[in-house]
Amino acid sequence: MTALPDPPPARRLGLVIDLDTCVGCQACVVACKEWNGGGPAGPLGDLEPWGAAPSGAWLNRVHGFEVGEGEAGRTVYFPRSCLHCENALCVTVCPTGASYKRAEDGIVLVDESKCMGCGLCAWACPYGARELDRPSGVMKKCTLCVDRIGDERLPAAEREPACVATCPARARHFGDLADPESAVSRLVAERGGVELLAELGYRPTNRYLPPRPGRRLAASAERLEDAPAEGGFLGWLDRLLGG
Amino acid sequence: MTASGAGEAGSRVVCTTCYMCACRCGIRVHLENGRPRFIDGNRAHPVNRGVVCAKGSAGIMHHESPARLRAPLKRVGERGRDALVEISWEEALDIATRWLAEVRATDPRKLAFFTGRDQSQALTGFWAAQFGTPNYAAHGGFCSVNMAAAGMYTLGGSFWEFGEPDLEHARLFLMFGVAEDHDSNPLKLGLAAMKARGGRIVAINPVRTGYAAIADDWLPIRPGTDGLLVLALVHELLRAGRIDAPYLAECTDAGWLVVEAPGTAGDGLYARDPAGRPLCRDRRTGALLPADDPSAAPSLRGAVSLPDGRRARPVFEILAERFLDPGFGPEAAAGPTGIPAPTIRALAAELARAAFEAPPFVAEPWTDWRGRRHAGVEGRPVSIHAMRGISAHANGFQTCRAIHLLQLLLGAIDRPGSFRFKAPCPRPVPPWPVPCGNPWQVAPGRPMPGMPLGYPTGPEDLLVEADGRPCRIDKAFSWEAPLAAHGLLHSVIGNAWRGDPYPIEVLFLYMANMAWNSAMATSETIAMLTDRDPATGRYRIPKIIYSDAFWSETVAYADLVLPDTTFLERWDALSLLDRPIGKADALCDAIRQPVLAPDRDVRPFQDVLIELGHRLGLPAFTREDGGPRYPGGYADYLVHHERAPGIGPLAGWRGPDGKLIGKGPPNPRQLEAYVANGCFFEHRFPAGRRYMKPVNRDYLELAVELGMLSRAEPIFARLYCEPLQRFRLAARGHGALQPPEALRARIERYFDPLPFWYPSPELEADPEGAFPLAAVTQRPAAMYHSWGSHNAWLRQILGENRLCIARTTARALGIEDGDPVRVTSRVGSIRAIARLVEGVEPGTVWTWNAIGKRAGAWGLSPDAPEATRGFLLNHLIDELGPGSAEGARLANADPITGQAAWYDLRVRVEKIAPGEPALAEPRLAPLPRPPGLPDPPPVLTWGAVFRGARR
Repeated sequence: MTALPDPPPARRLGLVIDLDTCVGCQACVVACKEWNGGGPAGPLGDLEPWGAAPSGAWLNRVHGFEVGEGEAGRTVYFPRSCLHCENALCVTVCPTGASYKRAEDGIVLVDESKCMGCGLCAWACPYGARELDRPSGVMKKCTLCVDRIGDERLPAAEREPACVATCPARARHFGDLADPESAVSRLVAERGGVELLAELGYRPTNRYLPPRPGRRLAASAERLEDAPAEGGFLGWLDRLLGG
Repeated sequence: MTASGAGEAGSRVVCTTCYMCACRCGIRVHLENGRPRFIDGNRAHPVNRGVVCAKGSAGIMHHESPARLRAPLKRVGERGRDALVEISWEEALDIATRWLAEVRATDPRKLAFFTGRDQSQALTGFWAAQFGTPNYAAHGGFCSVNMAAAGMYTLGGSFWEFGEPDLEHARLFLMFGVAEDHDSNPLKLGLAAMKARGGRIVAINPVRTGYAAIADDWLPIRPGTDGLLVLALVHELLRAGRIDAPYLAECTDAGWLVVEAPGTAGDGLYARDPAGRPLCRDRRTGALLPADDPSAAPSLRGAVSLPDGRRARPVFEILAERFLDPGFGPEAAAGPTGIPAPTIRALAAELARAAFEAPPFVAEPWTDWRGRRHAGVEGRPVSIHAMRGISAHANGFQTCRAIHLLQLLLGAIDRPGSFRFKAPCPRPVPPWPVPCGNPWQVAPGRPMPGMPLGYPTGPEDLLVEADGRPCRIDKAFSWEAPLAAHGLLHSVIGNAWRGDPYPIEVLFLYMANMAWNSAMATSETIAMLTDRDPATGRYRIPKIIYSDAFWSETVAYADLVLPDTTFLERWDALSLLDRPIGKADALCDAIRQPVLAPDRDVRPFQDVLIELGHRLGLPAFTREDGGPRYPGGYADYLVHHERAPGIGPLAGWRGPDGKLIGKGPPNPRQLEAYVANGCFFEHRFPAGRRYMKPVNRDYLELAVELGMLSRAEPIFARLYCEPLQRFRLAARGHGALQPPEALRARIERYFDPLPFWYPSPELEADPEGAFPLAAVTQRPAAMYHSWGSHNAWLRQILGENRLCIARTTARALGIEDGDPVRVTSRVGSIRAIARLVEGVEPGTVWTWNAIGKRAGAWGLSPDAPEATRGFLLNHLIDELGPGSAEGARLANADPITGQAAWYDLRVRVEKIAPGEPALAEPRLAPLPRPPGLPDPPPVLTWGAVFRGARR
């Protein structure tokens, strides 16, 4: 069993994901695979990459599904990755100390040299955020791109996770959710950001911004007034140009 | 040279332009020890401002694909069956030169050169003209020529390529037939910006995915009926008088007079003065004045008696009369479109409110073409964007014209918040030049005097023989498709196989996967490619040369394969002469540079084409002393070629010291300047020249200075498309050039100078409803047509497709989720697996485009899901329109532009009996792997090498 930091980290770095603007384009998914596959968390292996049943380790996936029926329904794209929980059961179940939560910022990471690929952490995670890299037998997960956010050689604007940097719909935001003044905390406050499966008590750091309700035309009975009728068609034409 | 090799040490970042789809985003390739480790967006780039999509990030897997061709190939047996063998480049170029020289010396038309998703059309089109064949085009004929042509003949710019929605300022944004594609990243950035400002987004599309999923409203319209909806909106706005009349009078032909003299040769043409200038009636003096007289104040109403006694009325009065008719009202549109009348009325009200209530004002003083000074520009924050859901129908040209009419009535063109022109547009209306390729322009051994593609303005600009037969193999610019500005790639193989209008000798294709997803009726096309003439034993299409970077299905049917590089291994230009990366506020173009040196015996296609040009002795590619004019290949050409004095492929850093923009002598160090600037050039227009460009004097003068326009004259939008009326007059018997009898009624019907709606010929041909469902495809966000399936990452995201059916429709047919189904059209049948969804119009089924693959191709194992369960709707789409069996043999296409009408497909869907295998049909034999291609590895551990290097 592995311990969580005590006291809990003062910073809680995480993502805020806007379900109102995510168009399901998968840009974040591939940017993540590419950055992390070539970085310290990599490789992220793929089995049968050109075969009958291709499968690989991805640290971030986007699922599309439909909610509601007919006119009332909508299509929602849901990006899913590690939520860097405060009560990270994936850490406490780890028999080798491979899974750990960083004391300074709360990021949950895997020390590969200690991981034996037993999969207990994946069992413990209710969000399905962990993936086994089959070629190496090591568990992989979102690192919040620790090798980007902490790399002082990068320009400040680029010190954000690859998924955030690339999101064309600007649906992904990164920051310290423990700081109520941070941009991400303000977004959560303004938009009513939610915890996923809060009732389970894992206290995830990441937040999801719910879709804004659409302004449906069908709900409107609006109708343009007829142009005044005097003078018939030509009168109408005249008035268009101010007489 | 920037290209690196694997021996290089250390890390560096190299900028170039993406080619994972058509959006042309700026990217940065991060190299570690000479290998690509990461691709991200260039934050300074005007197109994508630092973001890239899934395809862009997956560029590395594109580059490292095991399906990359490795060396030139020559066929040694039967097409599609027997082996290709590797040959040297010398042999390959020798064969190609021999085949091409023979054709050029006898009849250059016997070369058909078609180039698919080509981004170097300024070169390939020029090469065709130099060769002397009119038979050239790229893929626009099945992509978006309806939008391109409708835009160019109406506004002088078009959706996507030459215009963009201003989503930084729009309050209301309407998307017609846009799924998750063009223009990918700019649209996503814009949608996010709109959402952040609280703007309203309405998606009009039979399918709810991608952008429609985040819209405020999704209007599930029946495919091919958008024109009716738009004209109902036009009706509502006219009825209420909520239109921008001053804009119409100043910036369009609304006040131009149209002759009403039924039965005469001038009927329906603009009234003109003796110098040919269209006339209007001045609303203050009543005098007839040329419309481009700076003192004219055109009246929008009232019949006029012309000096010759004929009657004429302003365009606006004619169109208002037509569209005020209750037959265009929301009630009439509701049935066919499936959009309830109250929703249409509410949308019209929303359009009027967004456009006219407290419009924003950009206080940027400007001067109009009459010399009047304005304190600023009033916004029209209503943006519209349209894509393939409008374009790929047989009524797409007129539907797109209807959308432009709606924009013009609102005055929502090139103002803050509206559709805005991307440089180099606006162009003059009607556009120019006219196409070249008439019999007197084509001669053995000689270049043509003009470019093969263009914009006819009447029968005299068509490419037809004296007896009216088409001059081109694809019948573009003939009476069958007069405004076919992008050609008809989809008709080439069928016509060549039939020898209609004549047989060809060499089919030369580049990046056009005609043996699979770029063909309509794929199985038939394959049969045509392999069919032999029993009399001679030769293939009916005797010689096929193909250039591709990858082992696509078409490689198997080629006789000679010229392997191309990937986009990371060559120079390219995104040129103002072709498809630049212009923005509303800036002239932009861009290049690609070789980031990596090829590790195979492959060459950039553009280099090969230039070399062939020299070997064939084409004047533009050969010096007077016989030597090559561009010994440095495409890079040399990009710098030194001048299309007109001072105008070359690239606009930036011209002149000996690199200080000239747009026009100037070649600069030998031009490519270095591009590379130093991240591979793009951006010249922002100064304040006062950004909006109202068609009538903005200072902008027009600047455009002439920069080489984008030849004259600083106002460009009036055309509500009324006079060129269409010229064809119609011919159909009525006027003029020396007459359409064939069989086409007279068709031209009379469709060539209406005002936009109108008509049901698709497919629908009209099925009055009994034997094929009760529409079937369309959508291009996925993470795939560019067939290019994604050999990508180890992208195919994990989308490796097989389903037939999506509305739950209620499926249940009525006894179909459950996951059931195998048979999909039947009037020409064939395929098998697919059903997925039941809510987000589709109930009379429509849909699937992702080009996911299904031929077994064996693209480096995939023959049992890959793309081949076993993926399917292709193309098998069901006839290359010819309905009724062709009876002998008319007209393309399944828009009668005006020849745009392939593949979204008009009608089908019947049935459940397949249990027990039958759930495999896709038709099942074609696996294609043999070309020599030299590796066995794809069973496990991919990409990235391990970087980890090792760091340790």
